[in-house]
Amino acid sequence: MTLRDQISEIIETQPVALFMKGTPSFAACGNSQRALTALRTAGAPVTAVDILPDPRFRQELSALSGWPTIPQVFVKGELVGGADIVEELAATGELERKLAEALGEGFGDAREERVIPLAAA
Amino acid sequence: MASVATEPLQQLLRVAFPDATELAVVDRTGGGDHFQVTVASPRFEGLSLVDQHRLVYDALAAPLSDGTIHELRIKTKGTA
Repeated sequence: MTLRDQISEIIETQPVALFMKGTPSFAACGNSQRALTALRTAGAPVTAVDILPDPRFRQELSALSGWPTIPQVFVKGELVGGADIVEELAATGELERKLAEALGEGFGDAREERVIPLAAA
Repeated sequence: MASVATEPLQQLLRVAFPDATELAVVDRTGGGDHFQVTVASPRFEGLSLVDQHRLVYDALAAPLSDGTIHELRIKTKGTA
């Protein structure tokens, strides 16, 4: 599968996809940490993808999303935003409403955090 | 406060948002590559935050792609 297809599949199939620098256990960038913290606070199930291992990961992601910076958060295939937006939505409670609307009221039950690696073709 | 680092970004934003009621660029670290941008404009009315931020990214596309901006924080506001 091409890199582009791998990224598309993650965006389309994961309830909440967080493309970040580093991993949830070790975020390598303050903004990735901010987005992760906001998602955790809202109780989101997080599927994290580390874009650092290969520069092409970020290039392909940004080409696909049209969003130039990292992190990027997708809920059910829709770009919700970067760290600033996710933080702002979390602060107003809108993030939780959005998650409940997209994933159902029980979205927080799993409290799942996983990491999916990308493979450079 | 305007500086060598923030002035070119201010200029790009002023051109992109001539009707902005608030427009600020702060060099967050003093290193000239981590910026906080705040823009209030009637253009943001009715747009999602994603689309609001996209307008700011579009305005700053050149410094974003050439590496002038290493990190960008954005705060957008409508004027209603």
